[in-house]
Amino acid sequence: MNRRWYIFILKNLIRIVLLTVCISIVTFALMKASPIDPLQANVGQAALGSMSQEQKEKLEEYWGVNTPPVQQYLSWAGDFVRGDMGTSLLYRQPVTKVIAVKLSNSLMLLAIAWILSGILGFALGVISGMNRGRLADKLIKGYCLIISSTPAFWLALLLLMIFSVWLHIFPIGLSVPIGVEASGVTLADRIYHAVLPALTLSITGVSNIALHTREKMIDIMESDYVLFARMRGEKGWRLFRYYGFRNVLLPAVTLQFASISEIFGGSVLVEQVFSYPGLGQAAVAAGLGSDLPLLMAITIVSALIVFGGNLTANILYGLIDPRIRRGGAEK
Amino acid sequence: MKILNRRQRVILGIIFSIIFLAAVCIFGSLGTEAARVTDFSRKNLAPCAEYIFGTDWLGRDMLVRTLKGLSISIFIGIAAAAFSAAVALVLGIASATMGKTVDAVISFIIDLIMGVPHILLLILISVALGKGLKGVVIGVALTHWASLARLIRAEVIQLRESPYIQIAAKLGKSKWYIARKHMIPHLLPQFLVGLVLLFPHAILHESSVTFLGFGLSTEQPAIGIVLSESMKYLVTGKWWLALFPGILLVATVMVFYVLGESMRKLLDPGSAHE
Repeated sequence: MNRRWYIFILKNLIRIVLLTVCISIVTFALMKASPIDPLQANVGQAALGSMSQEQKEKLEEYWGVNTPPVQQYLSWAGDFVRGDMGTSLLYRQPVTKVIAVKLSNSLMLLAIAWILSGILGFALGVISGMNRGRLADKLIKGYCLIISSTPAFWLALLLLMIFSVWLHIFPIGLSVPIGVEASGVTLADRIYHAVLPALTLSITGVSNIALHTREKMIDIMESDYVLFARMRGEKGWRLFRYYGFRNVLLPAVTLQFASISEIFGGSVLVEQVFSYPGLGQAAVAAGLGSDLPLLMAITIVSALIVFGGNLTANILYGLIDPRIRRGGAEK
Repeated sequence: MKILNRRQRVILGIIFSIIFLAAVCIFGSLGTEAARVTDFSRKNLAPCAEYIFGTDWLGRDMLVRTLKGLSISIFIGIAAAAFSAAVALVLGIASATMGKTVDAVISFIIDLIMGVPHILLLILISVALGKGLKGVVIGVALTHWASLARLIRAEVIQLRESPYIQIAAKLGKSKWYIARKHMIPHLLPQFLVGLVLLFPHAILHESSVTFLGFGLSTEQPAIGIVLSESMKYLVTGKWWLALFPGILLVATVMVFYVLGESMRKLLDPGSAHE
């Protein structure tokens, strides 16, 4: 670990901060552009109708309708950094609290799906890449083609139809059983309810990772050193373990962390189908219900998660690949 | 026994794909009225010879509705592809000709778009444009250029270092000349393939966003809306409402994938003669 390595990490951090600021500006601009009337959204149509002009003006002043957008943005961003993300209009609670609850629900789902799809995708990609053109490769390729053409929500619907409606094995929705007090919910209940959504997310996540890993594996298998190793009689597991593994790990790590964004996107759909009260469902509710503070906060939180993933991938790069660690990061 | 060689089989695949897509588009466009007709004498029919996809709770023919929805999806895909093609080409050429600062800015913008999960970005744009199909169309068109632009940019950066470009520069050719005469012809095949492979994403995202309830409109039954309506009737055992439209959607997306991959095989010099 030399100095250039730390500078590399520092540059990454600065980039993330800049990107986050830009995203917040774009998000804010988009929300400003929306035709939703802030007064009507905050006070409600009926209450607004019965008010006099003076009252409305007072309210406009209170909500800062007429202050310039830049100033509005600065005060919002300032509060945001201090941890005050505003009040959710839908849930009538501080946004921070809503996000904390929803995120903790989603996190388990996302983590299971992320790990499962990563490991499965890697394994399938390697198997398929090492057996290029054979039956296993064709099967895996076909599976990946079908899955990547399938919308996540439809797959969720199918699984719901088969396992919940026909076979009654898994519950139809929600993250906890209906009619049980919060204290009575066990961990087993939570896992039981998360199985189907997590399964759907994992299935959809696998195909992308598997296909990309396959491409890389084929490149490796065509390289001279693998040819040489084969000539000496290396094959199967040994060939993979000592010649393929480290080389294919590098792109796999990037893929794995880049897939966070996709898994998150998928969770929005899957949570909607299974009525799973997570961050994705909150985002949809916020979008449909014009709950701008919540929507903006979710956007920024999810962007931070994605960037955090990218940063981790960059750091892991250094750990796996000695060339980068010793300062080869800058090309 | 193989009657056709691989190249001929690939071409055959492309022809079938195009016929399939054209058929969906044509029947979808013709069936605008039929997709809205309600007839209570035939509601909730399971799939039979007359209505292969069955009918829904208002007696609407699901086959017509599905085709209509898919043709809308394909048109949205075309809009997204056209816009993305323009943006990606301009940005790619800009990063090729205008030096490192511009290139850094471009990659920053690409990162910016990629930073927000795609669905969330679509929701944001849809809200900003006041929900409705317009918001979905514009959103899908505006957000898909990033991946194509990234592909083109990576290729351009590699090309810039290649000997024949460097020699051309040393010979005193202008950057614009190099971009026009040397880079664009080289990039075109990949560009076309990337463009076709953009369709599946555009269609999947469009169907997802309409499924979530954005862009709801009764006259234009987008495929996502058809499916989200069917979800409400799923528990009562009307499986055909979700199954068949979904299968056709998957088929359409898959055809685009096959089309893109076949084009890659034909255009890539490495595999064109296999």
